[in-house]
Amino acid sequence: MFEKKHIVSMRDFSREEVLYILNCAEKIEPLARTGTNILHNKLLALLFFEPSTRTQLSFDTAMKRLGGKTLSLSSEGSSMLKGETLADTIKVIEGYADAIVLRHPKEGAARMASELSTIPVLNGGDGAGHHPTQTLLDLYTMQKESRLQDLDIALLGDLKYGRTVHSLAYALKMFNANISLVAPEELQMPKYIVDDLGGVTITDDIDEVIKDIDVLYVTRIQKERFPDPNEYHRVASSYRISNDTLAGVRNNFIIMHPLPRSDEIAPEIDNTKYAKYFKQSFYGVPVRMALLLLVMQERFDVRKTKRRTQSSFD
Amino acid sequence: MLEKQKDELRVRSIKNGTVIDHITAGSALNVLKILGVKGGTHSIVSVVMNVPSKKLGSKAKDIVKIEDRELNSDEVDKIALIAPNATINIIRDYEVVQKSSVELHDKIENIVKCPNLNCISNTNEPVTSKFAVIYPLTLRCLYCERIIKNNIVEHLI
Repeated sequence: MFEKKHIVSMRDFSREEVLYILNCAEKIEPLARTGTNILHNKLLALLFFEPSTRTQLSFDTAMKRLGGKTLSLSSEGSSMLKGETLADTIKVIEGYADAIVLRHPKEGAARMASELSTIPVLNGGDGAGHHPTQTLLDLYTMQKESRLQDLDIALLGDLKYGRTVHSLAYALKMFNANISLVAPEELQMPKYIVDDLGGVTITDDIDEVIKDIDVLYVTRIQKERFPDPNEYHRVASSYRISNDTLAGVRNNFIIMHPLPRSDEIAPEIDNTKYAKYFKQSFYGVPVRMALLLLVMQERFDVRKTKRRTQSSFD
Repeated sequence: MLEKQKDELRVRSIKNGTVIDHITAGSALNVLKILGVKGGTHSIVSVVMNVPSKKLGSKAKDIVKIEDRELNSDEVDKIALIAPNATINIIRDYEVVQKSSVELHDKIENIVKCPNLNCISNTNEPVTSKFAVIYPLTLRCLYCERIIKNNIVEHLI
């Protein structure tokens, strides 16, 4: 059912494979709280060539909940500064670890690493490119908290540079989602991606779509994208989600956000039934646990995992 | 018959070299670019543009004849990208010794440079550029997944 060795891009996965991964995550989710020792002899290398505390912590947690260990290489003081190629780093690390999580500023870095590496490579985000584990945890959140098939969803915020939304939009199309892209013109999704998706609604006004969606997926609008701070404040405040924005939403409506947020979602939303972003962040752990097991084990067997866990508690 | 005679007058047969026939009309100059034929060239090159073609259903085609040179497979692969119907005739002593259609592969390597400056294939890493060929003629970088749809010739290495 699942024979991928590397997790590089959503484009590598069929709909069936995505559903299989989500199903594995579902099975393993209880262990994301209690832990297990199934990967107790395994070592995961976290190679982060640009900072991403959240993704790094999530993978670190997932590996440790599986009973494995991690080693980290951060961009500061790394061999990259000494001029070592990524290719050399990969060949060195494969001698140390059983799998690699790679975060790198260059797009396609994880694909190259997967071509060179004899151990599994998981893409933890490459440049403005892909972030498949984020996409999978987003899909998992939708499946758990809303639905996956024929979803009405609006992606809001920085759709131009936002790393997560490009592969998410592509994956959503696999499940026949009805996608609205809500962004100011200067941050709208690049045309070549829109063309690739085919059939999306494009607007700069959230009020136009808010009543007709199941999921609002908010992304951070970054200050550094705007040369003029006043312009940033104008745009950011007009896209801020507050209780007022949510008047008349569907009964089962939810809000997601890959986090960290700045102020695009008012804190007053946090305690409403709509807010699912902290849950979404937690779901990153079972999804990454499932992926780590899938690439490091011969076959995915949760029953075995459970039995071991139980016996360790006996 | 008259038409044929006129054709023959347009460009005479060559003794040795390569005739690239059935080039998509308008692409002859790009074929020259791929072959590195510029103003200062010493080769004898004939270019015929917009002549009627039977093979292309009476649509117009271009022809390039380049003397004393046989194209290598890299050059042929590049031509396939901009003129997918082209045929390559290798001529020795006025005889066609080899006639082949260009072939568009599913994957091309080291032929097109990725336009995305932030792509790993544009760094000092030991990788060559690779693209998937998708129909109708579109290229997708196998690293960063950037799409090239128009002006492929501008991205040729």
